[in-house]
Amino acid sequence: MADRAVAIIAPRAWPGGLAAAAVAALILSALAAVVWRADASRGLGAGDWSAIRFTVVQATWSAVLSVGLAVPVARALARRRFAGRALLVTLLGAPFILPVIAAVLGLLAVFGRAGWVNLGLDALGAPPVSIYGLHGVVLAHVFFNLPLATRLLLQAWQSIPVERFRLAAQLDLGPRMVFRTLEWPLLMQAVPGALALVFVICLTSFAVALTLGGGPRATTIELAIYQAFRFDFDLGRAAVLSVVQLVLAGGVAVLALWFIPPISFGTGLDRPLTRWDARGGGQRGLDAVWILLATVFLLLPLVAVLGAGLAGLNDVPASVWRAAAASIGVALSSVAVMGVLALPMAALIAPRRRGGIEAVGLLGLSASPLMIGTGWFILINPVANPAALALPVTALVNALMALPFVLRILVPRLRDTLLQYGRLGAALDMRGWALWRWVLLPRLRPQLGFAAGLTGALSMGDLGVIALFADPERATLPLQMYRLMGAYRMEAAAGAALILLVLALGVFWVFDAGGRAGADT
Amino acid sequence: MTYLTHAAKLTAISAAIAMGGAAVQAETPELVIYTYDSFVSDWGPGPAVEAAFEETCDCDLIFVGAGDGAALLARLKLEGARSDADVVLGLDTSLIATAKNTGLFAPSGVSASFDLPITWRDDVFVPYDWGYFAFVHNADLAAPSNFRDLADSDLKIIIQDPRSSTPGLGLLMWIKDAYGDDAPAIWQGLSDNVVTVTKGWSEAYGLFLEGEADMVLSYTTSPAYHLIAEEDETKAAALFDEGHYMQIEVAGTLAASDQPDLAERFLTFMISDAFQSIIPTTNWMYPAVLPEAGLPEGFSSLVTPDKALLIPPQDVPALRDAALQEWLTALSR
Repeated sequence: MADRAVAIIAPRAWPGGLAAAAVAALILSALAAVVWRADASRGLGAGDWSAIRFTVVQATWSAVLSVGLAVPVARALARRRFAGRALLVTLLGAPFILPVIAAVLGLLAVFGRAGWVNLGLDALGAPPVSIYGLHGVVLAHVFFNLPLATRLLLQAWQSIPVERFRLAAQLDLGPRMVFRTLEWPLLMQAVPGALALVFVICLTSFAVALTLGGGPRATTIELAIYQAFRFDFDLGRAAVLSVVQLVLAGGVAVLALWFIPPISFGTGLDRPLTRWDARGGGQRGLDAVWILLATVFLLLPLVAVLGAGLAGLNDVPASVWRAAAASIGVALSSVAVMGVLALPMAALIAPRRRGGIEAVGLLGLSASPLMIGTGWFILINPVANPAALALPVTALVNALMALPFVLRILVPRLRDTLLQYGRLGAALDMRGWALWRWVLLPRLRPQLGFAAGLTGALSMGDLGVIALFADPERATLPLQMYRLMGAYRMEAAAGAALILLVLALGVFWVFDAGGRAGADT
Repeated sequence: MTYLTHAAKLTAISAAIAMGGAAVQAETPELVIYTYDSFVSDWGPGPAVEAAFEETCDCDLIFVGAGDGAALLARLKLEGARSDADVVLGLDTSLIATAKNTGLFAPSGVSASFDLPITWRDDVFVPYDWGYFAFVHNADLAAPSNFRDLADSDLKIIIQDPRSSTPGLGLLMWIKDAYGDDAPAIWQGLSDNVVTVTKGWSEAYGLFLEGEADMVLSYTTSPAYHLIAEEDETKAAALFDEGHYMQIEVAGTLAASDQPDLAERFLTFMISDAFQSIIPTTNWMYPAVLPEAGLPEGFSSLVTPDKALLIPPQDVPALRDAALQEWLTALSR
């Protein structure tokens, strides 16, 4: 393994610096605007502190369990080839992009009081189980984030050149030794980043935490911010709570990214992956069990969403289709913005030994959408009509929210590429565009496809700040879905959720498959 | 060259739009109304109201939707006197005192004989619809007839968080008004009935329809939706003998409006038959002034509480924080 951490060549740093500064400025200007408009504040109360405690506890559990369970699932998926595997990997991404309320209803159809699990228990004469409580919050967050963690780890597994496995097979290393020599170092590299990411996602949870937490015990920081904005109209407290959220996310991110050992598995010949280890029946059985468990856990609620959606598809009004078109536009714009921000930032981070700058990328995800929305509203309102900017602002915010995922996807691969092709590139005196065109972009293609797909799908499903800005003429699909629910039209809303799911998965699949075309995953 | 032509075209078009816009503005005045999101959606009252008023006003009515009532007020506070809004429609009785304290609203001269269970006296805000909060359940359920019965029962309920939802705040006020100092004990008793608390009405109602609870906090008029729009008679609202808390939705004109006369005309229109007859089957609330044609069929089958509860708007701010604290303490155990 190459232990050298500093690349011989590196793309220019200034565009990345500029992008990072822009991201920081966009988020911090919103915060500054809120602070600027704040009057006297009563500061943080006891309720706020318990909200902070609960938030950290649930986010920690959610992150540890999501990533902990993702390890065996990703390992099983990395070791096995079977018919339908590519489809399964795509479908497993679905929970992550579902609108929150649709996912919660899907989860409740399985785990709720009248859900399938309790119906089954009842038939067996067993007492029912309740989903409501801290365990329900964590269950839902694992449902959302297990697929993401699995994909991130799976990608790490795929970064091991097949030649390493060939060598391991020639040395007759068993599964245990392969794990120690190849997979353990790999996990050391991939797990901290995934943990930090899931922790930050769960940090801003609000509706899921409250609904499945079973009441005000499950008050998160985001809910406290909400209360400060609309119940107390205490902008000062909202700003302080937003800072707490940012500091928590930033702290965890810097810590995790600092610990990632800068190692690389060296270069291979990009041959299709074949595994010689783990061919025994026990290992096969173990992998099959993990894949099956993950599939059942993740797909059952989706089946519920699908069932409800099909039933409601006829009730969907025309406005939903208009909103769907708007959502596709927003999603594609987000992908474009993401590309402009993320590639230079990844190029800034990758050649460096430690990835602390990546924490800047997390700002967008860890900032409260309500805070960003309100802050930008304050800034935009004097110069323009915020409603006219609703869709561009949504696209931008969604791109910012996707940025940390994208960086986590791009940076490891880019780092490897710079290490492996650095000497060759330097010998050929490749710089600037030529370096990107001939070396970096082709090697990054699968990751770029995955990142673009994820950004597009996330952007499609996110309610984001649109609710603060929208007017009747401009609505995205998630907003339209909420409006339908607000008007008793639950069946039509379920139909809209299904359309949203199909579109988001479609966008994800088009980009992801486009990136992977020709690559063996 | 192509680019230049294109750019020139664009400039010409935008100039035309700007001029056209100016011309339109000079001829037909614009009335900007801020309201909550569900009012302006395709299936809400917004589109019909806009069409009906524009027929008579020779103006352009523009609805701007912003979340719900509380979000509406927060937005007004952010915008202050610079706000584009001429009228705000969709605040409720819990928000009136806070809204008045902003000093952004102008007194209105509009009055009518309102068909409300209480006497309406307010020199700023004009009511346009109202309803009673109630727990909605499946018709075959033997529903409790007050909060004490509910607390003693094994029935499961879903409510909304008062910090993020207007009905949630309404329930807080309901129990406070009905039980005063005993409110904490009632909440204590209800804590094992509450399955969960949701961010807003939609989530709660959706969960109830999925079978997650026996009852959900909503309105006495909710069964009317199922009856009229879905021909579904399986939903009912539980009648509580301590009385039902009311939600009265109001509108007011802004002091900084550049169309004060038009705004006042809208408020007058708002309590006319043309507006009021739209309300029942789009907003699913009772009209503030009963239209001549009466209520649509289906409304007659709804339960009518014997006693209407309402904390005087000016007393709400003082009670609100203490009631929230009691609620948090009881349900956070």
